[in-house]
Amino acid sequence: MRNNERARLLDEIRAIEFMTIELNLYLDTHPDDQKALNDYNTYTKQLMALKDEYQKRYGPLSNFGTAVSEYPWAWINNPWPWELD
Amino acid sequence: MWIYEKKLEYPVRIKNPNPKMAKLIITQYGGPDGELAASLRYLSQRYIMPIPEAKALLTDIGTEELAHFEIVGTMVYQLMKGASPEEIKAAGAADYFVDHGRGVYPQSAAGNPFTAAYIQSKGDPITDLYENLAAEQKARSTYEYLIQVADDPDVIEPLKFLREREVVHFQRFGEALMKVQEYLESKKYF
Repeated sequence: MRNNERARLLDEIRAIEFMTIELNLYLDTHPDDQKALNDYNTYTKQLMALKDEYQKRYGPLSNFGTAVSEYPWAWINNPWPWELD
Repeated sequence: MWIYEKKLEYPVRIKNPNPKMAKLIITQYGGPDGELAASLRYLSQRYIMPIPEAKALLTDIGTEELAHFEIVGTMVYQLMKGASPEEIKAAGAADYFVDHGRGVYPQSAAGNPFTAAYIQSKGDPITDLYENLAAEQKARSTYEYLIQVADDPDVIEPLKFLREREVVHFQRFGEALMKVQEYLESKKYF
């Protein structure tokens, strides 16, 4: 079943994360660009807050000790990324 | 090490199965200019990069290509899901079906299984970065051909995103190449 609020929050995370990916690659070859770095840090803080919110509501986005889980182990929960949600 | 994130970099929500399109798009999964080749190429080449900018860039683009590998795999999965054997046969994908069912297998559109012969890791940073510039252009061309033969917006939108990423990677590799060349020149004279 499609959970609209979950999908909406995930889309928001994707949009901010795209900014961090793009700025990350740019900074790799422009490490002295202070403005880009400030933008990267700003988006990263936004992304961390959004991921916290998502994980509190819908379970872990990442494994191997990067997010805590409720009982029972929520990492295995559907949907997985390739499944229509 | 790598940490998995349980989401796609770009969403894929294909509502209508299309085995013919699946059989074409799979070339960006396991074909000569596909995402698996790209990821293995950059993640294998990075060890001998002489400057931190290039080590970081190859690690990060190699990682992003793994996310693209997952996007393409998801497209193939969703395009095959729910297609009947009759529809698969009518779409000209029965050859794929008898070998792999509705599973996702790294092969080219022509059916050649993935091989590391698609990539090079030459131990020379200049050579490797030139290879990567060409690789990004080849992947861009392939995405453009796929977009030309696709008619479903659910399919075209992720393909356009992936095409655009090739253009950005090409730009960044060009900058890394210039920095590596400057570094090697400076070592020669001082």
